[in-house]
Order: sequence, then structure tokens, then C-alpha cells
Amino acid sequence: MRFGLISRSSTIIVLAMLFTAPSQSAAQFPYGAPGHESALSIPTAQLIQAEELNRLLENKSAEKPLVLQVGSHVLFAESHIKWAEYAGPGSQPAGLNLLQQRVSMLSRKTLIVLYCGCCPWNRCPNLGPAFWQLHDMGFTRVKVLYLANNFGADWVSKGYAVEQGR
Amino acid sequence: MRLSRADNAAMPGVPEKTRRRRVAASSALRRMLLAGLLCGLSFGSSGAHHVFAAESLLHKQAPAFVLKDLSQKNLDLAAFRGKVVLLNFWATWCAPCQVEMPRFVQWQSQYGPRGLQIIGISMDDDPALARRLCAKLKVNYPVAMGDEKIGELYGGILGLPVTFLIDANGEIQAVFRGETDLEKIEARIKLFLPRR
Repeated sequence: MRFGLISRSSTIIVLAMLFTAPSQSAAQFPYGAPGHESALSIPTAQLIQAEELNRLLENKSAEKPLVLQVGSHVLFAESHIKWAEYAGPGSQPAGLNLLQQRVSMLSRKTLIVLYCGCCPWNRCPNLGPAFWQLHDMGFTRVKVLYLANNFGADWVSKGYAVEQGR
Repeated sequence: MRLSRADNAAMPGVPEKTRRRRVAASSALRRMLLAGLLCGLSFGSSGAHHVFAAESLLHKQAPAFVLKDLSQKNLDLAAFRGKVVLLNFWATWCAPCQVEMPRFVQWQSQYGPRGLQIIGISMDDDPALARRLCAKLKVNYPVAMGDEKIGELYGGILGLPVTFLIDANGEIQAVFRGETDLEKIEARIKLFLPRR
């Protein structure tokens, strides 16, 4: 009886949390919610450093990852990682749809690297949702490029390969 | 090669010929390291050239532009000659930008009569998002939609916010990148405003 009550109240609490969580996170966007909206939610093991990615892209014999920029299209047009593709801002539903379309036909074992670099890492609203979407779709080899400050300071200024255009 | 007292003390019991060889090798290594360090510094500065190109605009005329503002009217930088302009590149997805903007609204009211003009350039992809946020924050200064062309014109806007302080003669006097102490920006603005 008591177990039934506890079980029922637990269910109510869980349901309440499920219904209130999205509205809380939406309210906190774009200030970086502690949930999946923040880049801080991405497990450290899934991060790749700029130097390592650049080495990978430069190495002709290495497996080339699919590099997807999930931030601003304007910033992408200004400069982006060589061979990268624009996949829509992860902080917006339209962006996540674009990302889903781009990867839907790919093998779940495809090596994918996501990056943004619009803002300092802990302020980026795009990477968390994009990463967790790929995770939920079953992709097992997703890496996220760690750019502490922004794309200009942590990639372009290092002299790593870039190209321009949409 | 002459051996110093310190070299001799550091290698007790080692024959002089070997000591000399070791000291020569160590000296060569030091020279190589120094050369490497200098090369590294010069590569570093050339590599940093692109990202800090905005800083290379310092004390030069602000690049001219005409863009459409959020109400589709022309926003011509030249029209603000004679005013101190704070040109702020921002976006709705940029959290530090949204910390700054309410202060910019306040400064526009406070210092506008003394000749300050704040101009916002949204680097958003969708003007509707910029419009919505400007309405929410009651932005009281003109805002235009930016693109990659103006980004390049201003030295590469590859991370936000970036703000340029332009004096009444149209010369860039300061560049503020990323989260900046707003008191510091305000103090710089005041330097260029006419005294009451």
C-alpha cells in the first residue's frame, strides 16, 4: 500500500520533471542551461582538440571525419574548417532538422566531428543539442571540437586550414 | 671552448675533453632552442595576423558600409561622422552580447545627447530573431543585419561580441573582443565625448 503510494507519487514527480524540464531549458537559452543545451553536457571523452583534428585532416592516410559546423551560417561563410559542411545551428529546431537530414543516410559508425566556435565553450548554445541529437540517433563515433574561446582565436589564428564561402 | 668554473663543478671526475664536448653540445642546443623560440614567435605572430586583423584597423579610418537596418532603411556609417560611434557586432545566440546590450541601451540614452551613437550589427542568419530580441531589450539604437562581407571588412568577425570605438573623425580608437569589462568600455567612450 505504502509502496503503491510512493510509486504513484514518484511517477507524478517524474512526469512533472519531464513536463517542466523543456520549459526551464527554453527559458534559460541562450545563457547555457545545465542540461543538454550546454556544451558542458558533452562528455570529455567525446572532445577533440584543435591540434589533433588538424593533424587528422592533414594526414592523407588517416580516416577523414565528416566535419559539420553547427553554428552561424554567416560565420561559416566568413571562414570555416577546410572540407567542413554547414549543418545548421544546433540551438534551433530548424538547425537540428538540417543536421538530421544531413546524417540520416549515414552509417551510425561514421566518424563525425561537430564544431561551432561562435562563443566561448561554456557559452555555446549549439553544440550540446547537436551532439545529443546524433547520440540519440545512434551515432557512436561523434567527436566535438573543443574551442575554448572561439573559432577565430582557437583555429584560424593557429594557422590551421580554412576556406570561405557558403 | 673555455670551460667555466660552474661547468667544471657540474661535472666532477669527468675528463676535460669530454667536459668540453658536453659544454659545446649544450651551448649548441641552447642556441637551437633560442632560434626555435624566435621562429615560433614569428610564426605565432604571423598566424595570429588573421584573427587580430581587427586590431590592425586601430587608428585607421573605419571601413565604410551601407547596410539595411531592421526596418529596411539604409544604415550608412558615414552619416554618423561627427559622432562617437560604438559599433557592436552581436548575435542572438551570443550570451555575452546579451549582457552588454542592456548597458548599450542605457549608454545611448545617457550619452546620446553628448554625441554617442551606438550601432548594432547582428550576425544572425535570421533577421526575425534579431528583431525579436531588439524588441525585448527595447534597443534604442539602429541595428543592421551583417554578413560575411562586413565581417571581413572589419578584420574577421569569427567570434562574438566584437565592438569598435570610432571617434568623431571616423577613426577606430579601440577594439573590444569577447566578454569585456563594461566599465572599461564606458571609460574609453567618455574619453572621446566632449566635456560638458
